[in-house]
Amino acid sequence: MKIFTVRGGIHPEYRKDITSEKGITVLPMPATLYIPLQQHIGAPAEVLVVAGDPVKKGQMIARNQGSVSASHHAPTSGRIMEITEVAAPHPSGLPQTTIILESDGKDEWGDLPEPITDPFAVDPKAIHDRVACSGIVGMGGAAFPSAIKLNLGQQKKLEILLLNGAECEPYLTCDDRVMREHADEVVDGARIMAHALGTPRVIIGIEQNKPQAIEAMTRAASTFPNVEVVAVPVQYPMGSERHLVQAITGIETPARKLTADLGIVVHNVATARAVHHAVRFGRPLVARVVTVSGGAIRDPKNLLAPIGAKIADLVEFCGGFAARPESVVNGGPMMGQPLASLDAPVVKGTSGILALTAEEINDRPASACIRCGSCITICPCGLSPVEMSAFIRKDNLETAAKLGVMDCFSCGSCSWVCPSHIPLVHYFNYAKGMLRDQESDRRKNERIKLLAEVRVIRVEKAAEAKRAALAAKSKPAAEAAPSGAAGEAKAATEEKVNA
Amino acid sequence: MTGILIAIGSLTLIGLTLGTVLGAAARRFAVKEDPLEEELKAMMPGSQCGQCGYVGCAQYAGALAKGEEGSITKCAPGGKVLVEALSAKLGIAADLSALEEKVPEHAFIKEELCIGCTRCIRECSTDAILGANKLMHTIIVDACHGCSKCVPVCPTDAIVMVPYPETVVNWHWPKPERENTQPRPEVVHAH
Repeated sequence: MKIFTVRGGIHPEYRKDITSEKGITVLPMPATLYIPLQQHIGAPAEVLVVAGDPVKKGQMIARNQGSVSASHHAPTSGRIMEITEVAAPHPSGLPQTTIILESDGKDEWGDLPEPITDPFAVDPKAIHDRVACSGIVGMGGAAFPSAIKLNLGQQKKLEILLLNGAECEPYLTCDDRVMREHADEVVDGARIMAHALGTPRVIIGIEQNKPQAIEAMTRAASTFPNVEVVAVPVQYPMGSERHLVQAITGIETPARKLTADLGIVVHNVATARAVHHAVRFGRPLVARVVTVSGGAIRDPKNLLAPIGAKIADLVEFCGGFAARPESVVNGGPMMGQPLASLDAPVVKGTSGILALTAEEINDRPASACIRCGSCITICPCGLSPVEMSAFIRKDNLETAAKLGVMDCFSCGSCSWVCPSHIPLVHYFNYAKGMLRDQESDRRKNERIKLLAEVRVIRVEKAAEAKRAALAAKSKPAAEAAPSGAAGEAKAATEEKVNA
Repeated sequence: MTGILIAIGSLTLIGLTLGTVLGAAARRFAVKEDPLEEELKAMMPGSQCGQCGYVGCAQYAGALAKGEEGSITKCAPGGKVLVEALSAKLGIAADLSALEEKVPEHAFIKEELCIGCTRCIRECSTDAILGANKLMHTIIVDACHGCSKCVPVCPTDAIVMVPYPETVVNWHWPKPERENTQPRPEVVHAH
């Protein structure tokens, strides 16, 4: 298969050999699990349990609410201790509502939905519903509810399901191990997803630095003529869905469009495996493979950790720290976010926990830009980081937005390549946050304006109705008039608010 | 034949005369509309809260457009976004330092103090308070724009203004600190 070239990108030291030969080890069930209500993009789930409730493994403890959301399930059997605020696995370290579950040590499964024995014979809706009630989210890191992505087939004609096994972030080997050890499950999950999406073809893209995974996946896919495994060049950020699509099809996804607009839907390999479990066995997403690595970890491992295990538990199981970590990162070293506390839990989007030494981070004070243009050459989105950062430094966000700062997906290549150590991606993260704030303020102001206008109309109508009622007092025949007018005003208000 | 000509001629004459009169009147009695005022009005939050000291948003916009009002930072609900937009529109340099200290707030009803008098409900210009006579009231935070008009009317001081909490959803990275921490050498001019 022809592979197309992708603009920009970098070749960092991958350091995947630290954990790539270490098989998936099961983390012993911690005594206490912390399950946040918001582990995904969208609205937080709605709590279904109260403190003191006994729960079984796989029982739904929080239900999705709103159009974009995901439900959560008990990762083991035990008792709900408390529902309270706990530090989130987030760079801010701010608390978020979390269900605390005390394990009873039995790890007993509860009543699960019936397995779908022949998923290719059922309606795509049944697969979609199963994925939605199993709480599956994108496990590559973005944690977007998968059921919504599987629904895209209803709205658009789709050609290809692209399974993302690129794993371009240095250090991370969790997807590599999943593909090597559970290739059949991944391929089966992918075929089920393709059925739900209505895509005739499945392409599995894996970076060339994972030959064993490519071999295992090719073997697993060999019996299915519509499933193809493709080795893609080793180039960060190949694992970005837009760039992987470009490498496979040669088409660049336009800004502010989805890959689905090109007829391609991208899912992570671990997500496909979770779909396999949900459909074939009725098991919800309650555990995931996490790479625990970095120079400061004594015994780096790939762990199968229950959702909600404290990061400190994982670090302890890996022998603790051998050196002082300068930073503990949630995710990969390029796009991962520093953790404020080791007490935060593993969530569905946690692909790696990296304890990095000062040497690995290589943080130095920034010096002046020497106009070398490296950041422009390597930007995989074709942006001009040097120019954008100069405007953002002066808080000229409007110009930065015109230059396309919102199209930056924070891959960090520019910061990595900059010889002057200018925190370029940090500027863009700041600018994107500020621009999003401004946008939400603007939307809120618009809504407020509408509410105020509607109120004025209602008050006027009510006053009119009162006058009419006074006038009608002399004529008792027109008794029904005031309530009629008020009702009309209310209907008009509702109409306007709904619009 | 002549009848037709007379009819056409008289109608043309009437048309021309009336047209001239109307045209002259439109010039003579034209209402001067300031497009800037309209534009500014559209930018305002439109909730008529009156915190700027004017009766409503239109009056503040009018005063700004006519140049009677020099300060563009008087609109509290509009916040920093509005000040920046006004500053760009009117070319008035905005003093954002005073504004930045004030974090966005919304009203909050201490429910144990609420007696259900509905006074705040009548005051709220965006219908952000839910409640009924002798029933506890509460604020619909999404609809509240922080004008604080409800605070003084409460007979039991049950309404307070609270800042929006910082959460994992609305948090974003702060601006990187100054890059060059080394002090710059002072430039000495040789005369």
